[in-house]
Amino acid sequence: MKYYDKLVFELSKEGRTGYSLPVNKFPQAPELPVQLRRESPLRLPQVSEPDVVRHYTNLSQMNFGVDTGFYPLGSCTMKYNPKINEEMAALQGFAGLHPLMHAGLTKGALKVYQEMNKALAAITGMYAFTFDPCAGAHGELTGLMIMRQYHMNRGDLKRTKVIVPDSAHGTNPASAAVCGLEVVEVKSLENGRIDVEALKPLLTDEVAGIMMTNPNTLGLFETQIKEIAALVHAAGGLLYYDGANMNPLMGVVRPGDMGFDIMHLNLHKTFSTPHGGGGPGSGPVGVAKHLEDCLGEIRVSGFHGNFGVILRAYAYILSLGNQHIRKVGQYSVLSANYIKECLKDVYKLPIEGVCKHEFVFDGLVNDGAHDDVPGATTLDVAKRLLDYGFHAPTIYFPLLFHQALMIEPTETESLETLDSFIAVMRKIAAEAAEDPEILRQAPHNAPITRPDETMAARNPVLKYEW
Amino acid sequence: MSKILEGLKYSESHEWVKAEGDIAVVGVSDFAQEEMGDITYVDLPEVDDEVTAGEEFGALESVKASSDLISPVSGTVVEVNADLEDAPEKVNEDAFGNWIIKVKMSDPSELDALLDAAAYKALIGE
Amino acid sequence: MANLPYLPHTQEDIRVMLEKIGVKKLEDLYSDVPSEFLKKGAYALPDALSEQQIRDYFASLEAMNAKLKVFVGAGAYDHYTPAVIPYIASRSEFLTAYTPYQCEISQGTLRYIFEYQSLMCELTGLDVSNASMYDGPTAAAEAMKMAVACARKKNRVLLSCALLPPVIKVVETYAKFHGVEIGYIPAPDGQTSPEALKAELAKDDVAGVIVPSVNRYGIVEDHTGFADAIHAEKGLLVEYCDPSTLAVVKTPGEWGADIAVGDGQSLGLPLCYGGPYVGFMTVKKEHMRKMPGRIVGQTVDKQGRRSFVLTLQAREQHIKREKATSNICSNESLMALWVTVYLSLMGPEGLKEVNRISADGAHYLYSELLKTGQFEEVFPGKPFLKEFVLRPKQFPGLMQQRLEKAGLFAALDTEEGYVSFCVTEKRTKEEIDLLVKTVKEG
Repeated sequence: MKYYDKLVFELSKEGRTGYSLPVNKFPQAPELPVQLRRESPLRLPQVSEPDVVRHYTNLSQMNFGVDTGFYPLGSCTMKYNPKINEEMAALQGFAGLHPLMHAGLTKGALKVYQEMNKALAAITGMYAFTFDPCAGAHGELTGLMIMRQYHMNRGDLKRTKVIVPDSAHGTNPASAAVCGLEVVEVKSLENGRIDVEALKPLLTDEVAGIMMTNPNTLGLFETQIKEIAALVHAAGGLLYYDGANMNPLMGVVRPGDMGFDIMHLNLHKTFSTPHGGGGPGSGPVGVAKHLEDCLGEIRVSGFHGNFGVILRAYAYILSLGNQHIRKVGQYSVLSANYIKECLKDVYKLPIEGVCKHEFVFDGLVNDGAHDDVPGATTLDVAKRLLDYGFHAPTIYFPLLFHQALMIEPTETESLETLDSFIAVMRKIAAEAAEDPEILRQAPHNAPITRPDETMAARNPVLKYEW
Repeated sequence: MSKILEGLKYSESHEWVKAEGDIAVVGVSDFAQEEMGDITYVDLPEVDDEVTAGEEFGALESVKASSDLISPVSGTVVEVNADLEDAPEKVNEDAFGNWIIKVKMSDPSELDALLDAAAYKALIGE
Repeated sequence: MANLPYLPHTQEDIRVMLEKIGVKKLEDLYSDVPSEFLKKGAYALPDALSEQQIRDYFASLEAMNAKLKVFVGAGAYDHYTPAVIPYIASRSEFLTAYTPYQCEISQGTLRYIFEYQSLMCELTGLDVSNASMYDGPTAAAEAMKMAVACARKKNRVLLSCALLPPVIKVVETYAKFHGVEIGYIPAPDGQTSPEALKAELAKDDVAGVIVPSVNRYGIVEDHTGFADAIHAEKGLLVEYCDPSTLAVVKTPGEWGADIAVGDGQSLGLPLCYGGPYVGFMTVKKEHMRKMPGRIVGQTVDKQGRRSFVLTLQAREQHIKREKATSNICSNESLMALWVTVYLSLMGPEGLKEVNRISADGAHYLYSELLKTGQFEEVFPGKPFLKEFVLRPKQFPGLMQQRLEKAGLFAALDTEEGYVSFCVTEKRTKEEIDLLVKTVKEG
């Protein structure tokens, strides 16, 4: 990766063009009335096609992706993105479909939705899915709308609270707030699981439900899920499953069987579609049979969701089939536990025991702090990893630990890759103990060094001035 | 060790108050600004807004955090420190010299429930 | 059963790893799961397919879809996608990256988002853009929430009835659960009524107003006086736009809008049965800190080199948690790259030319259709660009079937009983003449 400093505007030259359009063979239409016309000049870049290609190719070379190297970003499930899926989604018979074409013209697309619905139901134990949500957080919001709609349909209007564990993904409380629900936090125990005794008094007749991810954000299975489900249901609430952590359960455990009533999946995590630097994703929402009626009442996107992403995920599911799906869950858990066991002597492991697809370290055992020299933090470890050609884990999340390093390797990494990551993590730990300043100044080999984020926030420069 | 000024009242949420007649001048403590790190934005209320003791009236933002400002007293905002809009770093530079809002108190007896300098010092463990 | 090529594990690898972990078999890794929840037996899934089988199966699915020339818009426009765009956007470094949390190795993503923000500000005439949203309707819903958050005490948002139907439906859904009241401004003569707007504003409870720049009938709306009237009541004006048309129509900034939203699909994205598209939002500077979504800002690194980071994050869900007014995190970053490359290629002249050819073609179709005697004008004299509605003199079902047989998707029914047409620069004169001839033959 090398630093490249241009912006496309800086390549612009008056009169240069990069477009190819047909000759206009039509009579000239009447001009728009003057008061409806754009007055300000249209300042777009004026660049040739080769300029554009080279510019964006250069930009791409400052980026790290799954195809570049290991990406152990906790809760993000950065698995390999199969290439056949890309080709299938680009087929003209799908890419050229107008979203308002009636069913008679889109039989192939509708078949994809039907078969995806069946496949996801089989994988999760839910009854039916909506594919409208475009991302995980969008799915959460949709799922909570369904939860509220269910209570409204029963005339139970006072259920306006939702219980969220303190280890929840940050989106959970935000989604609840956007949906008009009041968040009630339930604490975790020392062992990282929900405190069932603390949950009990919270389950009033104002509670619409609980949002959980299982395994939770510490990568730990909520062993008391059966009891929790029984308690919530007895109190008239519903259980929402945040599918961000579904990967370890693939082929092994189904959220529907654990008593969850509503869930979303992140097709861009568990189902291998590329994350695209921040989307497009897809967050289909599944419901148990008794909530089926609520599905149709919620409209959260313009047409049919991110069809192009759904196509990719479907191609992936077909490649797994009944035979391979179990390996996805098992191997992702195997990889996570292997890394954990190989590193827990040099990074603090707050909670022992078998983890699922991810686990959390609470910083270095020896951060190198001595006398007046401050120690290396989790941020420093993360930045130093970049020097060695790895993406950093998720850092400072979950909020339960001050120096959280959340590592999720996924099932598509080889033992050799895991071993080289482990070796580098050990080397970084040794560097920290000896001279934490090396870490504090990292990265040294990336296209840029650490940027001044305070300046960016105090004096926002959010667009190119020309 | 952070600075604590004698003669001011403090809240447990780290705001300070200086009473000038029925006007309360409100800012955040030196301890609070240290905890926040580089402050990047001060979210201010508008003049004439009603504030209530114990409820938020604005927020301090840093790169990775947002911390609510809690009003130590109830009343009406009569002035906001507009300098902070463009220069939030002033709170870092001198937390006591840069007040945030001035409130016309509806119940000055609320001041009695606040901490004095010694009690606040004990609260932050210094 | 086909092999799965995505898993590198050999039996020996698995043995080594299990041994290190200290368990005997893979199943032992789930010893913490109550056994009743361990799935027994096979999943109701098909047999695993090989790559060739997947290819064949998708070809069979694809063949079940009609391949028609598209003469319909209504929020999804069949503009041309230059070959460069998918070529660039399929580069692994862009495609397989996560959200740019580690800015030092994500400057590629951060730079194109910064360019995208700059381009959207330029198109809309506003100051600040976010890094994108899911689609146009959800961007409008976010604007609705933002208007309420800015207005603080007022809780009603007005929607023009001339907005696209999915925009209205999605905003209504969000409003219902967010606890926002929705009011409506009719558009009796094909344009959002200024009189009705003023009457609603007089009720003194309006936080914001969402109106279409080019509306569901294809008409370019006149919003003279809207901003002043709305601002006098301390509300926000939100313009819903088709960004392609902003090359030629008055911009949200020029109308005095506070927020512009819409769908960037018209800027080079394929129809793809409705997604992925890309919602956009730009705002006036004073509303910047209430804007939802990711924002990229410019700064310098330790060596003083120009660098880009995600900034103003204190607004966002992962910091505000339950106090957030939006929960968006992943957006449509890669589609923002499509838009950025598209606008870079088209430049000012290309984008104007797209509008010119589309509008000329649409007006040609409009007059030719009227000549067939099978349609009446609905809004005579109202200015339009690429899209328009007509009133069919007879039930249009048979005509639509004939058009489909001729390979054309056109004359979409609207809720009002009109039929809607759209012409982009992709439609040739021959295709338009075929459409007219097919209509005539009925």
